[in-house]
This record gives sequence, C-alpha cells and structure tokens, in this order.
Amino acid sequence: MAFHQTSSGAAAPATTSLSIAVQAGLAVLLGILILGTVGFSHVEAFHNAAHDTRHANAFPCH
Amino acid sequence: MSIFRSIVFTAVAAGLVVGLIVTAIQHFGVVPLILRGEVYEQAAEAAAPVAMADSHSAEGHDAQGHEGQGQGGHDHGAEAWEPSPGLERNAFTAAANILTAIGFSLLLGAAFALRGKAVTWREGLLWGLAGFVVFMVAPGLGLPPELPGMPASELGPRQAWWIGTVVATAAGLGLVLLKRTPWAAVLGLVLIVAPHVVGAPAMLDEATNVPESLVHQFVVTVTLTSFLFWVLLGSLSGALYRRFSA
Repeated sequence: MAFHQTSSGAAAPATTSLSIAVQAGLAVLLGILILGTVGFSHVEAFHNAAHDTRHANAFPCH
Repeated sequence: MSIFRSIVFTAVAAGLVVGLIVTAIQHFGVVPLILRGEVYEQAAEAAAPVAMADSHSAEGHDAQGHEGQGQGGHDHGAEAWEPSPGLERNAFTAAANILTAIGFSLLLGAAFALRGKAVTWREGLLWGLAGFVVFMVAPGLGLPPELPGMPASELGPRQAWWIGTVVATAAGLGLVLLKRTPWAAVLGLVLIVAPHVVGAPAMLDEATNVPESLVHQFVVTVTLTSFLFWVLLGSLSGALYRRFSA
C-alpha cells in the first residue's frame, strides 16, 4: 500500500497537495483583496475612482 | 512558491490585456449610457435641493460620511475627491478595469491549480463561463445592473447579498459540475437557488426620471460586455497558466 502511494506520488510533480492548497489560497486572498478595494470599498475616493467600473460590472453602487 | 508565481504572472498578463480591451469596448458601450444616466441623476438632485441639503447635514454626523453613500443620494460631495471628466476619469476606469480583471484572474488561476489538471485555453473558457454565471448572472437576477440616477436601497445589505449569492452560486456550481454524486448535485442546486429564495434587498419604489428604455439598454450592454470579459479572461488565463506553469 505504502509502495503504491510512493509510486503514484512520483508520477505527480514534487509539490504536495498541501502546498498547492496554500498557494492557491494565497492567490484567492490577493484576488479578494483587490476586488474588495476596487468594487466594494466605502472610501469615497476609491468609489469615485472606480465608479464606472463598478457600474459596468454590476457591483452594488451608491 | 512556483504555483503562486504562475498564478500571479498569469493574472497580471491576462488582466492587463483583458482590462484594456474591455475598457475600449466600455468606452463605446456602457460609459455613454452611464453619462446619460448621470444627466437624469443631476437633474433630480437639482430639483430636490432641500432633500439633498438634509442628507448632507445628516452625513456630517456620520463617521466621515462613509455611510452616506448608502443613504440613497449619489455622493458627489464637495469634499470628496473624484477624477475630472474626460481623460482622467477614463484613465481611472481603465486602471480599475485592469485591477478587476487581475483580481478575477487570480481566482481562476487558483481554481486551475486546485483542479491540478493540465489547462488549455478551452478549459479556461469553460471556467470563464462559470465566472460569468457566478459573478454576473446570479447576483444580477436579484440586483440588476444599476444606472446612476436609479433609486437604490441602502448599500450595505445589497453588498452583503451580492457576496452571499456569489459564494453560494460558486459552491453550488462546483458541487454540481465537479462532484459526481447525487447528494452533491442536490445540495449544489439548493445552494444555487437559496439566495433567490431569501431574496435580494428590496428595490425602492421611488419615482425616477430615468427612462425605462435607457435602463433596459444599460442592463443588456453591461451583461453582454461582462460575457465578453469572462470569455476573454477565462480563455487567456487558461492559455497563459498553461505556459507559465509548464
């Protein structure tokens, strides 16, 4: 059983699934941070700067 | 951190290209409609100076007026910075579009990495179509794209419903399409329908001068532009992720 796991692991890249999950999770967090600032921030200057983008993406606005 | 780097490189490259293309399309499609909506919005504000004065004095008591945006009035307060019309405003719109595309592409890249299968432009396109359903169609059913000048309820609850709907629809679609068991399909379908059973925050029944035809044209244009955005972003992200992760 252990042998099977080793051989199937060798066929895949050396990156572990935990490492993949952590890196994908970091990318998701970064994406949410950017989208939250551009599309959802209540700071008026951000709202005004991204005004047309918010309306064009149907983000709740005003 | 090679996977993270692949996702970020993909997102920046795809976001730049798609953000600029969509900005050009919006310039001739959505933006003129927004500007026409703002004419009605400003006319309504000018016609109701007492109400505006009231809302402005009320904002003075709020914490820096952040909640003021949720009070229905479109906040072009004298103290708030905003880009000047024309080139500056368009430049900020382009930057915001590029950042939006980068943000969504980061989510797509994370999905590619978690799936762990080789991605081509075609898988990317399918993920992009899913993104269109999750981020435009599902929240748009309850909260249609808004034109400036249309009466809108308080901002906070609408944002909360939008986010909840996106999360539930993404989880639901994932369960239906990626798991192959009946219970997952049933749970997924329930998750997709649930936000609409709960219902979006009610729209205000206030009278508006914005013509119905303009609103309809805006909704169609926004939805089509978004469709194109997701098709381009999905397929380009798929193609680039394949290249960067090779």
